[in-house]
Amino acid sequence: MTEFVKPSIQYFELWPLLAVFGVACLGVVIEAFAPRAVRYTAQVTVALLGLVGALVGVVLVARDVQSYDDGAARGVFAVGGTIAVDGPSLFIWGLVLSLAIAGVLLFAERHLDGGVSAFAGQAATVPGTDAETAAIAARREHTEVYPLMMFAVFGMMLFPAANDLLTMFVGLEVLSLPLYLLSGLARRRRLLSQESALKYFLLGAFSSGFFLYGAALLYGYAGSMDFAAINEAVRNDVGSSSLLLIGTGLLSVGLLFKVGAVPFQAWTPDVYQGAPTPVVAFMAAGTKVAAFGALMRLFYVALGADRWSWQPMLWIIAILSMFVGAALAITQSDIKRLLAYSSVAHTGFILTGVLGVQASDQLAVGEITSLQAVLFYLTTYGFATIGAFAVVSLVRDSGGETTAIERWAGLGKESPVVAAVFAFFLLAMAGIPLTSGFVGKLAVFSAALAAGAWPVVVAAVLASIVAAFLYVRVIKVMYFDEPVGAGPSVAYPSVLTATTIAVGAALTLVLGVIPGPVLDLAGVAGEFIR
Amino acid sequence: MMLTILILLPLVGAVVTAFVPGALARLVGLGFAAATLLAGVVTATRYSVGGGMQLTETHVWIESLGVHYALGVDGLGLLMVLLTVVLVPIVLLAGWKESDEPGNSGAKAFFAWTLALEAMSLAVFTATDVLLFYVVFEATLIPAYFLIGGFGRAGRGRAATKFLIYQLAGGLIMLASVIGLYVVSADAGNPSFLISDLAAIDIDPITQRWLFAGFFIAFAIKAPMFPVHTWLADTTEKATTGTSVLLVCILDKIGTFGMLRFCLGLLPDASQWATPVVVVLALVSIIYGALVAIGQDDVLRLIGLTSLSHFGFIVLGIFVFSSTGSAGAILYMVNHGIATALMFLVAGFLIRRTGTASIREMGGVEKAAPVLAGFFLVGGLAAAGLPGLSPFVSEMMVIIAAFDHHWLVGSVAVLAIVLAAFYALWMYQRTMTGPGREGAAVVPDLDRREVGILAPLLLALVLFGFYPMPLLDVINPFVQDSLASVGIGQEGGPQ
Repeated sequence: MTEFVKPSIQYFELWPLLAVFGVACLGVVIEAFAPRAVRYTAQVTVALLGLVGALVGVVLVARDVQSYDDGAARGVFAVGGTIAVDGPSLFIWGLVLSLAIAGVLLFAERHLDGGVSAFAGQAATVPGTDAETAAIAARREHTEVYPLMMFAVFGMMLFPAANDLLTMFVGLEVLSLPLYLLSGLARRRRLLSQESALKYFLLGAFSSGFFLYGAALLYGYAGSMDFAAINEAVRNDVGSSSLLLIGTGLLSVGLLFKVGAVPFQAWTPDVYQGAPTPVVAFMAAGTKVAAFGALMRLFYVALGADRWSWQPMLWIIAILSMFVGAALAITQSDIKRLLAYSSVAHTGFILTGVLGVQASDQLAVGEITSLQAVLFYLTTYGFATIGAFAVVSLVRDSGGETTAIERWAGLGKESPVVAAVFAFFLLAMAGIPLTSGFVGKLAVFSAALAAGAWPVVVAAVLASIVAAFLYVRVIKVMYFDEPVGAGPSVAYPSVLTATTIAVGAALTLVLGVIPGPVLDLAGVAGEFIR
Repeated sequence: MMLTILILLPLVGAVVTAFVPGALARLVGLGFAAATLLAGVVTATRYSVGGGMQLTETHVWIESLGVHYALGVDGLGLLMVLLTVVLVPIVLLAGWKESDEPGNSGAKAFFAWTLALEAMSLAVFTATDVLLFYVVFEATLIPAYFLIGGFGRAGRGRAATKFLIYQLAGGLIMLASVIGLYVVSADAGNPSFLISDLAAIDIDPITQRWLFAGFFIAFAIKAPMFPVHTWLADTTEKATTGTSVLLVCILDKIGTFGMLRFCLGLLPDASQWATPVVVVLALVSIIYGALVAIGQDDVLRLIGLTSLSHFGFIVLGIFVFSSTGSAGAILYMVNHGIATALMFLVAGFLIRRTGTASIREMGGVEKAAPVLAGFFLVGGLAAAGLPGLSPFVSEMMVIIAAFDHHWLVGSVAVLAIVLAAFYALWMYQRTMTGPGREGAAVVPDLDRREVGILAPLLLALVLFGFYPMPLLDVINPFVQDSLASVGIGQEGGPQ
């Protein structure tokens, strides 16, 4: 029996993580003790301050962090080696925090629906009952959404930084549980929203089970939860390789579920459609970033020596995700479902970058690395997605948001600015040059092709053509189709949503025209520490 | 800096035009187009006839991907630049009233998108970095999409979508090859997209073939060639004739421009390897385009399909690998631009008067509108390759080179001259001669604005028909450089 050693906690390096967690807890306290009238203001202020504080922390830590073990990678292990604060972690933290700030702004929007937020007045009331009507009449609104979101952000930060399987599982759960709840809190079409939450929860819980089982098997194989130890075990080829392979497979199920890869994508359209749009905006962007960070850390750090086992699997899943996502997106008539399937296709494109990993001695000098490419892609995708969903929340009719695509006909005349911005986001997702999406695609395809994965790149190019069709179709509806009936109306947003959209669009343009700084930043982030 | 100014002028013009008050938009837009024309002329005067890239500028753009903002012109690029800057003001003038009519998206949008398209096209013709080329190549599609979808006849939204999907498909296939070039250069020790760097690398033949396939498919869609031409007729039918001029006379040239610049320039071995297939496709395009054109009832579809035949000639000239053929092909690119622009614009004026594009429903225009009929005849005869008009010179050069390549190729190509005479004259006969359509209003003749628009094109056709030397002087050094890179001497035919 080894003696319990109290881990030392690196407070400075962990400050961003602790700040978000602290703010989440503070939010709960406010919810319990502050009077209803001030809660909204207090929660939004605290959440924003906490996120900005954490973001400042990320910058400070990034400036301070030293080379690890005199290698190329920079960073430190914290809390007894369970959390890796390294370049990629810090990059992802910065990205998640930026997206979360945009998310809070969207959560706090109250101009679109007659002075109340997009969340249910009182989630506990049964839809269609007098209690619900009373809650609506009293203009109730849930302000728990802010602490819930902060917990999710904390999970999104812990997940990709976790350096052992247990911490990673904790991160996964902390990230997921609040999102399940948030999905069910829509103000309008509540049954759809609750259904989506339940689906998300059931499937998510199931996938977590897979992850846990995989972790157990990998522990059985390597005798340790620690990534470095697992890597060591794989290198030395100890134990039964069937344990390793099955464990890898089960862990992959859990992670691929979170990124929404085929064949684990079934939840995305329902959840994206049913959940409140601000939640979808934040979740779609943030979860993907965090889960890909975790996926890469697990595969690169713990299972890097076993690359030949998992790379073929990722080839197949990437190709499937791209084609299934793009093809099913074409058949959709609801804009949120369309964006959901398009996110599945994007998962495929990002996986193309992930599987383009090469050993550092195989890389040509100055060539882009797969980690750099994927981090850049995640940045472009995150901001385009959050911006696009923010635009979706503006287009409304008397029943709330109008998500049927054919109802968007004539938007180009009705509101040229909104249509132009949405078209711009769609073009970015299609990967048209001079938008960020193009540089992202270029980066991941380059990494994959350099690693010799040309069949995947060819498939990705063909899938891009299919995907281009679906985005162009939406643009055509907005600009060139005659409006159905009265046509869509655009709600005038407050400065909150407007800022989010403007920043998203500006970044999408800037990252398309001058991608150098962010690409370099992703390059400076370097490798995972091992 | 000269080339950057040349590109920035219309780009700034597009933005300014989009934001000035509606009444001023057209004047401002035309002003910027005129200024760009001036800049184009200044560029030409600064260019000294000879080989190699001139007026070059190179700046690092995306360091970690080896991308440069690099511009330069050679003979080929210069001619395309001049063609662009000349045609755009003409198109703007032609769309002066039409774009503002009900049902269209407004003159402001037309002028702004046209200027944006001009800027992107100029960047395409002057880019000397493969990725920069790719970026602006794709960026041309957005203004083109809105020009097709926003102006013209019913059903244009569908045509615009079809256009965009075809072009994006080609572009994305090319992207794979572009990235392939990056990987090749990275493996050679210097990740770079600069054409000059890439040309210095010895790419192994098998890789070349794959890369060639990607580039060629994209350029064949663009040009267009059989069997990926089906977007062409739909687009020209639905779009305004001004837009069609921009698309067919300027944008489509990017296809053949790209074949010369990238297929021949960077992948010479693969280009020679692919010659048999390409030549056959070119011949099919020539004959098929002419035959299908004969059968059309819609004037605009007909003109669009004649371009399929003409682009077949251009590609044939490029891929027979002789100095006559290449020079003829490049000259053809210029002449086709002028002649087809004339055809489209006259047809546009005609259709505005008759209210229909159907040949069957027209007739007897000649009597009421002799000037219009005259321009229409000259345009048709130019397309048919009548001696004395400039397309004749280039067509002859290509056909001679084709005979040198193989007698069979030459004989098939010659057939097209007969077919072209047939479609041009038959169309003229059915629309212009004979009795007028019963109950149709008398067609008024061209007004002074319209004659002013068409006159420069007519003059150019006649001038270059008799005296093509200035163009050939610019073309020849480029052709020699180009053939040298493929490994063929100056006088050589196929080895």
